[in-house]
Amino acid sequence: MSTRMVEVRAKVLKQNDLLARALRERFERSGTCVVGLVSSPGSGKTALLEKLLSGLAGDYRVAALVGDLATENDAARLKRATPNVRQITTGTICHLDAQMIERALESFGPASFGPDSRGSDSRGAESRGFDEMDFLFIENVGNLVCPSSYDLGEELRLVLLSATEGEDKPLKYPTIFNSSDVAIITKMDLADAAEFDVAAARRNIESVRPGMRVFEVSAKTGLGMEEVFDFLHSKAAGSRRTRVEATV
Amino acid sequence: MHELSIAISMIDEIVEEAENRGGLEVETVYLRLGVFSGVDKDALQFAYRLACEGTRLEGSRLAIESIPLVIYCSRCRKEAAPPSLYELCCSACGTPAETIVSGREIEVAALEVAA
Repeated sequence: MSTRMVEVRAKVLKQNDLLARALRERFERSGTCVVGLVSSPGSGKTALLEKLLSGLAGDYRVAALVGDLATENDAARLKRATPNVRQITTGTICHLDAQMIERALESFGPASFGPDSRGSDSRGAESRGFDEMDFLFIENVGNLVCPSSYDLGEELRLVLLSATEGEDKPLKYPTIFNSSDVAIITKMDLADAAEFDVAAARRNIESVRPGMRVFEVSAKTGLGMEEVFDFLHSKAAGSRRTRVEATV
Repeated sequence: MHELSIAISMIDEIVEEAENRGGLEVETVYLRLGVFSGVDKDALQFAYRLACEGTRLEGSRLAIESIPLVIYCSRCRKEAAPPSLYELCCSACGTPAETIVSGREIEVAALEVAA
């Protein structure tokens, strides 16, 4: 049987990319700084996030979405810092996608930011729509492979590497490190015990993502956390500017 | 292993495309897959076969073209291949590269259909 060729040129994840773009536009309008966290399982995403949420909660409205295959344990843990936490249980899916984010955002209640509420800044304590938030953190499923393909509409993607994992992780998983904006080396309080070579880790990160900003922290002892907070404060100031611009 | 999710997204797109174009009978799907896309070629082939079952693409073939990683070297002012996937620098002069030109693609290039 004869055949013919049909040109298509379609991105396979077009639907996800379109949805992520729409989310990003929404976040920009609402002035919400959205930060994704990716890493292997057990590298300290939840511990870091716990510290970030409680450290920021005094000055900002903060919220978090946490992805896991199963259990609500992480959400329960993070709710000690803020009630604005939603667990996304993915079942068997090894990553979050933009649609899961969109659905989870609906659970924060009605979005009050829209054409009709432009300029109003009556952000009462009762309103907890995600668009009221200054920061939204999205903790991905612990996985260094699959999340790299899915844009979630986040402004920043943080990739974590713990001192106990070994300094060559970036070389083994270059796509996720390259798709991230900032690297955070966690569990630095254990660096000596694990004979972690931080200079080598930094070289490896630089090799797969030239120019990437790197922080060294211990969520447990607080080591290096000030710099991360300073960085996030500057990001929040940038996001607020976009909100002001959007409302004038 | 997110290749099954990728395969399902891809099949949904192609089925829609085939229906929009008047019900194409797809024999082969030509996919451009970047080596830096994070998607494994063999796992995707396996997932594709499974995910096609019960759809109009059942029995079709997936032909995957691997797209190499290409960066832009700001010093040489030209595109270059890095030495490896974990050394994102120019293989000629060693300058670190922040710009990836290609290698992340996951895109359907063409369909071979019954005439």
